[in-house]
Amino acid sequence: KMSLTAKDKETVKAFWAKVAPKAEDIGQDALSRMLVVYPQTKTYFSHWKDMSPGSAPVKKHGATVMGGVAEAVAKIDDLTAGLLSLSELHAFTLRVDPANFKILAHNILVVFAIKFPSDFTPEVHVAVDKFLAALARALSEKYR
Amino acid sequence: MVKWSDFERAAIQDIFSKIDYDVVGSAALSRCLIVYPWTQRYFGSFGNLYNAAAITSNPKVAAHGKVIMAGLEKALKNMDDIKTTYKDLSVLHSEKLQVDPDNFNLLGDCLTIVVAGQLGAAFTPEVQGAFQKFLAVVVASLRKQYH
Repeated sequence: KMSLTAKDKETVKAFWAKVAPKAEDIGQDALSRMLVVYPQTKTYFSHWKDMSPGSAPVKKHGATVMGGVAEAVAKIDDLTAGLLSLSELHAFTLRVDPANFKILAHNILVVFAIKFPSDFTPEVHVAVDKFLAALARALSEKYR
Repeated sequence: MVKWSDFERAAIQDIFSKIDYDVVGSAALSRCLIVYPWTQRYFGSFGNLYNAAAITSNPKVAAHGKVIMAGLEKALKNMDDIKTTYKDLSVLHSEKLQVDPDNFNLLGDCLTIVVAGQLGAAFTPEVQGAFQKFLAVVVASLRKQYH
């Protein structure tokens, strides 16, 4: 198990402070990319009228997802406990295959690289990648 | 045989015409060694890889970044038969270098992130899709001769 060091948490919180003002935009962009580049992920959204980049459902859901990420940053010292209800939601109601967490994480990183090219250094990249992986693990806790 | 749409061909050629080869190869390899430190197992002869600063300024890493870009350019120039173009490279990675092919995906992800950083908003979701498809074909071709 690859845990977050104190330095990782500091790095993530500092980077999040920079990117948080653009959270909704980031969420929308990351989700759009996921749906376009990994079309199998569209299977979870067949109830949407429109899945295209910039569409209303994508915008709304991007914001929802980033709200979850923000919550995770705030609860970074105990993600498992902090994300308990979100884990139950994903496990029992949404039943998203956990492989998709990695896919969405990759697209969030791509958006960070595009929007914050000088801040998203290799050091920040590894800390954020570790954080998103830890977040995914916490979300998977209740699956079985 | 892989089918490329006109959009995909154009997008991929366009990406490679715009990126700085010297920067991208080195930056992607550095990121891979930093973000996925177990990949350092293949670079024992590269000297100082102790921390991010050392990796980023290591001349052997920079030189090898260029080797990687030269390899990608071969694929770019032979997009309709990357599998055949990469036959010897695949044998090399499998039999001589003995690289776990899952690592190819890690480097590919780092390449995507570095290219995204270079191109900015021009790296649209559709362009990203084309680039990742190209990388997927490259990786599949590199895996082909593993037995």
